Amino acid sequence: MESTKLKHFHGGLHLDYHKDISNKNSITACKPQSRYVIPVQQHIGAAGEVIVEKGQRVLKGQMLATTKKLISAPVHSPVSGTIVEIGKHAVPHHSGMEADCIIIENDFQDEWIERNPVAENYHQMNSHELRNIIRNAGIVGLGGAVFPTAIKQTEININTLILNGVECEPYITCDDKLMQERAREVLAGADIIGHIIKARECIIAIEDNKPEAITAIQLAIDEDSTGFFRIQIVPTLYPSGSEKQLIKIITGKEVPRNGLPADIDVLCQNVGTAYAIYQAVFKDEPLISRIVTFTGSGIQHAQNLEVPIGTYISDCIEQCGGYSKDAYCLIMGGPMMGYSINTDRLPIVKASNCLLVSNSEEIFPANTEAHMPCIRCARCVEVCPSKLLPQQLYWYASASNFERAAEYHLFDCIECGCCSYVCPSQIPLVQYYRSAKSEIWALEADRKKADAARLRHEARERRLLLQKQEREERLRKKREALNKKKGKIEENEMDAKKAAITEALARVKKKKETQNIKPKNTDNLTSEQERLIKEIDQRRQTIKKITDD
Amino acid sequence: MLFKKASAPFMNAQASVHSIMYQVLYALIPGTLAAIYFFGWGVLIHLSIAISVCLLSEALSLKLRARPIAASLKDGSALITACLLALALPPLAPWWLTVIASIFAIVIAKQLYGGLGFNIFNPAMVGYIVVMISFPREMTFWTAPLGVVDNWLSFGDTLSIIFNGSLSGQSSVDSVTMATPMDTLKTQIGLEYDIESTRNHEVYGALFSDISGTGWQWINILFLLSGIWMIKQKVIDWRIPVSFLLSLLLISNFFAVSDYASYPSSLFHLFSGGTMLCAFFIATDPVSACTTPKGRWIYGAGIGALAYTIRTWGGYPDGIAFAVVLMNMAVPLLDYYTQPKTYGKTEIE
Repeated sequence: MESTKLKHFHGGLHLDYHKDISNKNSITACKPQSRYVIPVQQHIGAAGEVIVEKGQRVLKGQMLATTKKLISAPVHSPVSGTIVEIGKHAVPHHSGMEADCIIIENDFQDEWIERNPVAENYHQMNSHELRNIIRNAGIVGLGGAVFPTAIKQTEININTLILNGVECEPYITCDDKLMQERAREVLAGADIIGHIIKARECIIAIEDNKPEAITAIQLAIDEDSTGFFRIQIVPTLYPSGSEKQLIKIITGKEVPRNGLPADIDVLCQNVGTAYAIYQAVFKDEPLISRIVTFTGSGIQHAQNLEVPIGTYISDCIEQCGGYSKDAYCLIMGGPMMGYSINTDRLPIVKASNCLLVSNSEEIFPANTEAHMPCIRCARCVEVCPSKLLPQQLYWYASASNFERAAEYHLFDCIECGCCSYVCPSQIPLVQYYRSAKSEIWALEADRKKADAARLRHEARERRLLLQKQEREERLRKKREALNKKKGKIEENEMDAKKAAITEALARVKKKKETQNIKPKNTDNLTSEQERLIKEIDQRRQTIKKITDD
Repeated sequence: MLFKKASAPFMNAQASVHSIMYQVLYALIPGTLAAIYFFGWGVLIHLSIAISVCLLSEALSLKLRARPIAASLKDGSALITACLLALALPPLAPWWLTVIASIFAIVIAKQLYGGLGFNIFNPAMVGYIVVMISFPREMTFWTAPLGVVDNWLSFGDTLSIIFNGSLSGQSSVDSVTMATPMDTLKTQIGLEYDIESTRNHEVYGALFSDISGTGWQWINILFLLSGIWMIKQKVIDWRIPVSFLLSLLLISNFFAVSDYASYPSSLFHLFSGGTMLCAFFIATDPVSACTTPKGRWIYGAGIGALAYTIRTWGGYPDGIAFAVVLMNMAVPLLDYYTQPKTYGKTEIE
């Protein structure tokens, strides 16, 4: 067992682990049930579109919903049977919400779709082809984040593959049991990932409170001759299993803010995910079942079951001998980061790693109604693995000063619950952060919407203005053109008139000049007539003189 | 079957404000007993006055603010304020001095700011400063400790001084009061005596012990031991006491080495007056102290430097209260500028 000097992340907690409640028996298959509820979306990313119909018969492993969208994962039928309903059904979620589900009636034929496993041939396949197999198998991160695995493996030439078998949350033992019982398969899965991302080494990280898993993995490594694998025992400290914290422990490096592990040459995958990849490549089995820990004092026989996705929690609990008398709280996930559900008529989904049934004494129910004021003792600062100032975050989150909360790196909070755990005032800090985050997201969405509306409005204004300007311009041009034309016409008309007048004048002049016309009635007058005229003229003159005077 | 809904995390260290406060109170016991042993009935009488007035003003303020009374009274914070005040005030001071200080501490410095968790200043220190500025003469009513005198002042005489301002006989209060070693040293150095001659002085010499002052040395040692216990119990953060004591040690050492005759030794400073009480019980009050690790270093060191400055060159016998309140003012600024680098922000080597 090689050992390198390990680094520490800030803070963390030593907890009571209660792992021995559930890790004594070997993994048992969950008995077939008559009905399965498959939520269409069980991953982070886009929901798939349902590609089957009500009444249709489906085979085990048949794809039920998928989409071409990049960040997504299909879901498959865990059994052969008939689709009896496609519609809303309650799913595990802290809000207790309903979501689109496909409900299948089991025909107990256990009839598989045709499978063509590539098995050892994967060595000859390229990364792209292998990623497609992983994507089509609906594999998502089984450590709890359920991020589509194929997307996570798009970067190649990553130096170190870290296989996360830390399982730092109390009570949960599903990864522990998986490593104990299926170590070779886990390593085979890791080898496929290593092949995809062309990793140079694979470090399997296991907390030192799992000696049996360590032995099993070490045995499997010893059988392997490639020298690709190395086990790394990490000291038990919550939350060592968190991706960022684990990377810090092993490599000493921190994943940059807003960055990915690939930025520091690391890829981290859960052991369960590696096993699912093994199943997909070696058996052509999509992700239709997972190992789930059923534990806590509220359950009769705590154990790990291999449960088909879509099985009702109540059916599993029944197989575990039912509830004990003082079952009090039903928690999906671990006691630090899980969430409580108020009914067991919910399906097991890809994210379900643990079902913790507690009695009233075992579990501390955070008292949200009345807590003491924060006394700024900074115990939260001491334990925060993200090196935040939780009491400042609480101060701003509770005062709805979201801008300041974001400034204090609210979004670096991994919601591990360490701060709430140590708080002497019993302030449900994580709850404050969660609601502040969703408030900020809502505000952001509103802001984006408002921005979009504003941009739309501005664009419309601009368009209208442009149209108006264009119209005016057009009109102006038209008018100008018209005016020009009109001006020309007038000019022409004037010219013509002038010409006509001058012409006429010239003609008259010419006529006058050429003819020297005299009034015709005075021509050829007799002397008598001339005298008379003279006399008349004289009289007129006199009269005129008289009247003028 | 419907299950109980709750929110994560579902595990809890089960720590409580109540248990923190009571551990602080328990840690106060040895030093307080020593103070009673050395200074007699006066300490006990002022302790009971401070406790009753503090609790009463807390209850009244809460009633006026329409807040739950019982829960807040039980948290123990008012009790701590009362004890700190009683330990800081002179044992022969008139009763109203403690009453005024207590009311100011609880009503003005704590409840008017919003109660526990919201006060910017250390309540006990605010109360102390108010009476220190307003009634400087009464603030010198210390008595000679056991070891300088052979017996406690009788219970009756103590009561008479505290409540009537006079002894049963005709003699004045001044005949039984005595300045503290620190005050004495300051006055004597002011009168151009050196430390050596003050220590050998026929009247004042008895006030001084090997380390610091008769009685004071033991009170401080006991507070130091309780403080170490509290750090071990994780009741208080170690950074503030360590940085405070270190800063006081280094600064006082610098001056003592430069002029041994007129600057008392580091040991004297560390084990005199309110040093240890401040280091582990006053400066460590989480509400009014810095919250960031780096901020706490600066905060503690700042108190040390200010306390030394006021002790040495200021007009008051001890500078702790002013130093603490001055640093309280700097807390928001310190907290803002000493934010730790979050995960993913640290430069990678």
